[in-house]
Amino acid sequence: MPRIQLNVNKRMYELEISPWVSLLDALRDRLNLTGTKKGCDHGQCGACTILCDGKRILSCMTLAIMKNGAEVVTIEGVSEGQKLHPLQQAFIDHDAFQCGYCTPGQICSAIGMLAEGKAKTREEVKDLMSGNLCRCGANIGIIDAIMEIHGGLSHE
Amino acid sequence: MQSWKYTEDYHMNNFDYFKPKGIEAARELIVSIPNAAFVAGGTNLIDLWKYNLTNPSALIDLNHTGNNITVQEIDSGVRLSAFATNASTAYHPLIENRYPLLAKAILAGASGQIRNMATNGGNLLQRTRCYYFYDPDSPCNKRNPGSGCPAIDGYNRMHAILGTSKHCIAVFPSDMCVALAALDARVNIAGQKSSRCVPFTDFHRLPEDTPELDNTLGHGEIITSIDLPHKGFASNYSYLKIRDRNSYAFALVSVATGLELEGSIIKDARIALGGVAHKPWRIREAEDFLREKQATEKTFESAAAIILSGAQGFKFNKFKIELAKRAIVRNAAMALNPSIQKPGAQPS
Repeated sequence: MPRIQLNVNKRMYELEISPWVSLLDALRDRLNLTGTKKGCDHGQCGACTILCDGKRILSCMTLAIMKNGAEVVTIEGVSEGQKLHPLQQAFIDHDAFQCGYCTPGQICSAIGMLAEGKAKTREEVKDLMSGNLCRCGANIGIIDAIMEIHGGLSHE
Repeated sequence: MQSWKYTEDYHMNNFDYFKPKGIEAARELIVSIPNAAFVAGGTNLIDLWKYNLTNPSALIDLNHTGNNITVQEIDSGVRLSAFATNASTAYHPLIENRYPLLAKAILAGASGQIRNMATNGGNLLQRTRCYYFYDPDSPCNKRNPGSGCPAIDGYNRMHAILGTSKHCIAVFPSDMCVALAALDARVNIAGQKSSRCVPFTDFHRLPEDTPELDNTLGHGEIITSIDLPHKGFASNYSYLKIRDRNSYAFALVSVATGLELEGSIIKDARIALGGVAHKPWRIREAEDFLREKQATEKTFESAAAIILSGAQGFKFNKFKIELAKRAIVRNAAMALNPSIQKPGAQPS
């Protein structure tokens, strides 16, 4: 069976893995990092969003074997010890979730989106976050939370 | 009469995986392994595989074959690597500044995450999102030739109004390709004996009698790059995408427009439509008509009538004909003043 190396949340892992295992299943089932969620498993909901070599991607549509040697950050890796990532705190402050299932993907996607540096306005943030669905309807709180970190707090 | 027979076998969804070091090695693998497939971004292929619509025996990963300079200047214009991601292409300064129509179209497609994964070559090769194609319990001439097309008499709101055949009314879903068609791009292809270069509007095909073929790429051929000519219409351009939600949805109708103006006189014009046919739709006759005319609403209404002549609606998508005409006129107005364009290629 193929053997791959993954750096996940600054820790090295070596895995024997079948070629058809998604990065999402490798994270959840092999590394027990269940913070990353399986929503649709078809790239439509964004719940599985992680950061791979600094870019936000969908772990459900990625084969683990194709990311041999990559540096992965999941929701478990965004805080510094007990100190929450500013976006995690902002999500709490703005009531940006109800059931919480989409939240890890939302936060990882927002971290990646802000690092891309392309959103200047609230409208652009909304457009660039459209790959993450929230079925509870916390979207306004989510965008408020992101806008706080973005630097231009504005409410709808 | 539609047939509901099943000819596809269901079998284990397992595959081998190869990571060749160069294009030639990749091509040698694909011709030596029956039913192998190339993979790059995987955003469409992995989805199709999960739906049991494709069952490759092996995946050949093209990400390590070299030739990874995202965008580079060449004598004839600019070359996009087929293996670069959609996001790195759209955000490249050369594309943002000289081909903003292409940047806007790419950013109107998919989501931020998918654009970080999907490659330029893969964008050209993505399959239709026709819901009957995606449903393995439905007949579909594209998936299972000869089984019938339930979309023609079925729920066809998303389907084609131009260039359809009695065998298939699917649409090609790309946004990026609509801009590439408008910009007169060319597709560079590495083949078994030689390389070839195909004008963009000849790359994809109409369904005709063989809807299972989306394009003219042969078995064992690899798209290596896409070339853009110098003319980028960077002063007067617009991409408009009409869809059921403001972002992250496929187009009902989209329009890529590039204009070259002298005062209010049109010197050159490009108009390509997405969401209406099996390929990006571009009618040179309409562009010839626009040359040397005043850039007025009336002029563009006449051009729209030429582009949509011959359009045929089905039960649930007749609205697309009028929608496409109005979108062409509206997008021309937006191209005259590109600064009013909104995120997600929404109407402004």
